[in-house]
Amino acid sequence: MAETKNIMIVGVGGQGTLLTSRILGGIILTAGYDVKLSEVHGMAQRGGSVVTFVRYGEKVAEPIVEEGQADVLIAFERLEALRYAHFLKPGGALVINDQRIDPITVVTGVAQYPENIIEDLSKTYKVYSVDAAAEALKLGNSRVFNNIVLGVAAQHMDFSKEDWLDVIAKTVPPKTIEINQKAFLVGYEM
Amino acid sequence: MSEKKVMLGNEAIARGAYEAGVKVSSAYPGTPSTEISENLVKYPEVYCEWAPNEKVAMEVAVGASISGVRAMASMKHVGFNVAADPMYTAAYIGATGGLVAVVADDPGMYSSQNEQDTRQICRAAQVPVLEPSDSQEAKDFMKLAFDLSEQFDTPMVLRTTTRLAHSQGVVALEDRVVPEDKPYERNIAKNVMMPGNAIKRHVFVEQRLKDMAEAANTLVVAKEGFSKDVPLNRVEMNDTKIGFITSGIPYTYVKEACPNASVLKLGLVHPLPKKLIEEFASKVDTLYIFEELEPVIEEQVRAWGIDCIGKEAFTVQGEYSANMIRKVVLKEDLSINTPAKVPARPPLLCPGCPHRSVYTVLNKLKIHAAGDIGCYTLGAVAPLSVVDTTICMGASISSLHGMEMAKGKEYIKNWVAVIGDSTFMHTGVNSLMNMVYNQGTGTVIILDNSTTGMTGHQDHAATGKTLQGKVVPAINIYHLCKSMGIEHVTEVNAFDIKELEKVIKEEVARDAVSVIITKSPCALLKEVHFPNKCVPVPEKCKKCGMCLKPGCPALTKNEDGTISIDATMCNGCGLCKNLCPFDAIEEVAK
Repeated sequence: MAETKNIMIVGVGGQGTLLTSRILGGIILTAGYDVKLSEVHGMAQRGGSVVTFVRYGEKVAEPIVEEGQADVLIAFERLEALRYAHFLKPGGALVINDQRIDPITVVTGVAQYPENIIEDLSKTYKVYSVDAAAEALKLGNSRVFNNIVLGVAAQHMDFSKEDWLDVIAKTVPPKTIEINQKAFLVGYEM
Repeated sequence: MSEKKVMLGNEAIARGAYEAGVKVSSAYPGTPSTEISENLVKYPEVYCEWAPNEKVAMEVAVGASISGVRAMASMKHVGFNVAADPMYTAAYIGATGGLVAVVADDPGMYSSQNEQDTRQICRAAQVPVLEPSDSQEAKDFMKLAFDLSEQFDTPMVLRTTTRLAHSQGVVALEDRVVPEDKPYERNIAKNVMMPGNAIKRHVFVEQRLKDMAEAANTLVVAKEGFSKDVPLNRVEMNDTKIGFITSGIPYTYVKEACPNASVLKLGLVHPLPKKLIEEFASKVDTLYIFEELEPVIEEQVRAWGIDCIGKEAFTVQGEYSANMIRKVVLKEDLSINTPAKVPARPPLLCPGCPHRSVYTVLNKLKIHAAGDIGCYTLGAVAPLSVVDTTICMGASISSLHGMEMAKGKEYIKNWVAVIGDSTFMHTGVNSLMNMVYNQGTGTVIILDNSTTGMTGHQDHAATGKTLQGKVVPAINIYHLCKSMGIEHVTEVNAFDIKELEKVIKEEVARDAVSVIITKSPCALLKEVHFPNKCVPVPEKCKKCGMCLKPGCPALTKNEDGTISIDATMCNGCGLCKNLCPFDAIEEVAK
């Protein structure tokens, strides 16, 4: 693989995007690539907009993904998908968890939550949306929605299903391995 | 051994300190430096502690160095201001055991109140600075810093930025090598900084900096304890049309955007290697200085009469990127899609946060708050909009006192100071002493959530636990305030809004210093469990909006004016339920 691959994970602080980046980091290392990840801590974690960059390849220089360069953008919330969509490169995959979390600016009436985000983004980008919360409920555990989203995103990366399941088993708490693997497969086979 | 691990920059710094044989580490938490101590404490061979503030941490490290062992302090950039007093003089004393301060800058201000550049302070303090570019170098440079500290008899600073501190990269691990403790020798001329001695040490400091600058020309390379040689400053000659002088994270942007350009990568960013820079500059057609924040390298290079392009092309604010080089240097048309116009999503207090309860009462009473540094700074954000000022750690109490001394006690009758427990222990306590001593009449609310919240839950002297997790006697904030002679110190449950309102009204009216300690642990602490959760009862709802006033993110207003409560976000603190005049919110078991 000559080209460095650029993945972004965006969402709202507290949604648990860090677990997704840990699984992603794990599978990249297993495959033997050089990898750099960059994430946000501190003030921005408190319900703010959060973004994690993951880059891998033969030799990675900078730790961030820049505008117009992401191969895959994984958005855990619709508004955040809209905020960061321009980071995608032409032809890049935009995976959206179809969930709405109102920012305080919307709650207090200062701003309006945009309508038809997914439809609008679909005009410019290759969008793959999933209502992961609903799918997770069907599995009987609302907390595994992250791995459903990751499963959808995994369709646009070059790692085998077996490797994904293996890394999930090594990363999540032992008691939750089975349900997390199931959740991943729901997304992966969508 | 050549085990490889993906490590956070801060984790790699801790690993480097461990491998370098560091024996003592002291720190106060501050984003983006906190994880250094949190990782270093995993090595039981190293003594690690949280200090009440960075000045204390630095002094602990200086003492340990004088006693002959390798020692360090770590802090964020503004913490370095607090530690500046010992650092400026430690520069004169030098180092017996290697002495390193790790200081983390925050370009872009992800979690800080200003954007200062640590290199400027280090130039003023005459302390050398190393700056790594990735996790591997963070580890290597940490070890180099201890070597250089001992070789040149100087404290060293390892400067990082948020991007380095919170990026992960592959790191090759090596073994810990502990140098033998230096025997203690009484040396009053070196270690007692009074005028007669300091005058002579200043001569040494000036010469030391010249010696280091000279040595930096010839690419210092570490020998022992490394799996490979580590060049301090590195010349990468390629195409000579464009040359960059750069360091730290910006170096990675240069390599990304211009892999074929020539680069002088500085590891030692103060003092600068003049000959090396002159030589490099003479070989390239156009020389760019690519450094985040202040033109520290650029101004020195220009002072030597070398022509270069720096801040006229690149900003002094925020983080840099490879795209910046593509646009400015390569004049590429990046044809990036226009970012969508979207509502901002600022950070806010978490659901169940006890600060929200206190601020809801202050908001109701129309009381202004002189604020401080912590999660509770977010009380400045709508809809709470209670915090009127935020300056630096501990400034809430002292700035309120300043207002009173300027305008008289009536002026602050609708003001309080708000400060967290950790910040109070950091430097708030001094400010309170001043208020007592100088006969102020201010009301101080200590928001005691039993932790250092914003930085991710670190213990401090008033929590009763050390960095190692050892249970120790906690300093009692109530008794500490009482011991200053403050008559009116009241402890209130932060969620008891009726009692809180009564106490605040009483205390702000009082013509004497008073302290209100609002107690309730941070909602994110593992041991915090509210048994119930809140659910709306729409048929009782009169759509008055009282419950929305605290700005809890779990609550949203429906189109018909009633409310919804997100069951996964609500942690059951009951604040909205207690505010509702119509019993239209009830608590049910989780």
